[in-house]
Amino acid sequence: MIRVSVQNEPIDVAAEFAVLANGGVGGIATFTGVVRADDGVSALELEHYPGATEAALRALAEEAVERWSLEVAAITLRVGVMHPGDLVVFVGTAAVHRAAALESCAYLIDRLKTEAPFWKRETRGDRASWVEPRDGDLDAAARWSKI
Amino acid sequence: MAIDLLYFSWVREAIGTGAETLDPPEGLASVSDLVDWLATRSDGHARAFEDRARLRAAVDQVFVPLDSPLGRPREVAIFPPVTGG
Repeated sequence: MIRVSVQNEPIDVAAEFAVLANGGVGGIATFTGVVRADDGVSALELEHYPGATEAALRALAEEAVERWSLEVAAITLRVGVMHPGDLVVFVGTAAVHRAAALESCAYLIDRLKTEAPFWKRETRGDRASWVEPRDGDLDAAARWSKI
Repeated sequence: MAIDLLYFSWVREAIGTGAETLDPPEGLASVSDLVDWLATRSDGHARAFEDRARLRAAVDQVFVPLDSPLGRPREVAIFPPVTGG
């Protein structure tokens, strides 16, 4: 089963986890991204490409389900204005065995950072600036093509 | 033929709108040709499309290099590289 959501509402981890746990499987892995307050960031805004973002996340989830024979892959991305401590992304995978769940969860978070169309703007004090792409994210995503 | 143009992030801010429907001239062969034509429309467009290395595009929601054939799309989106990190 695949569940993809791009939403303005806060991420409800308990509800997300319940979807994974209902799969009746042996292992569940989850990753939750939290808005950081580093360098004095007071707000983070995510802009997305409606339709295309959901399609990109769905394609990634389908790839992971195929590659690791997952029972469930779930991706929820929050968009709009958030603040430090808010949950910005949830990725969960459920599989018969733990290795498949853990690996595919790492795969999904690495890939979605470079392949899903969304853009971050950070606010520090009264200044807002668009975040530049980071080489580290591209490296993290690229490692999966070598396995 | 009218095309729905979509802009995101600082491309949207430079142009001053996130969406517009335009009827480009016939004969634009590539996405890059479309961007050349768009850049002539206003100072904001020119500023947004000044540095091609910082632009990415999607034609009918499929991500493509700027030198790809344009075809006859319904929707073209132009935006900076994504910043998920």
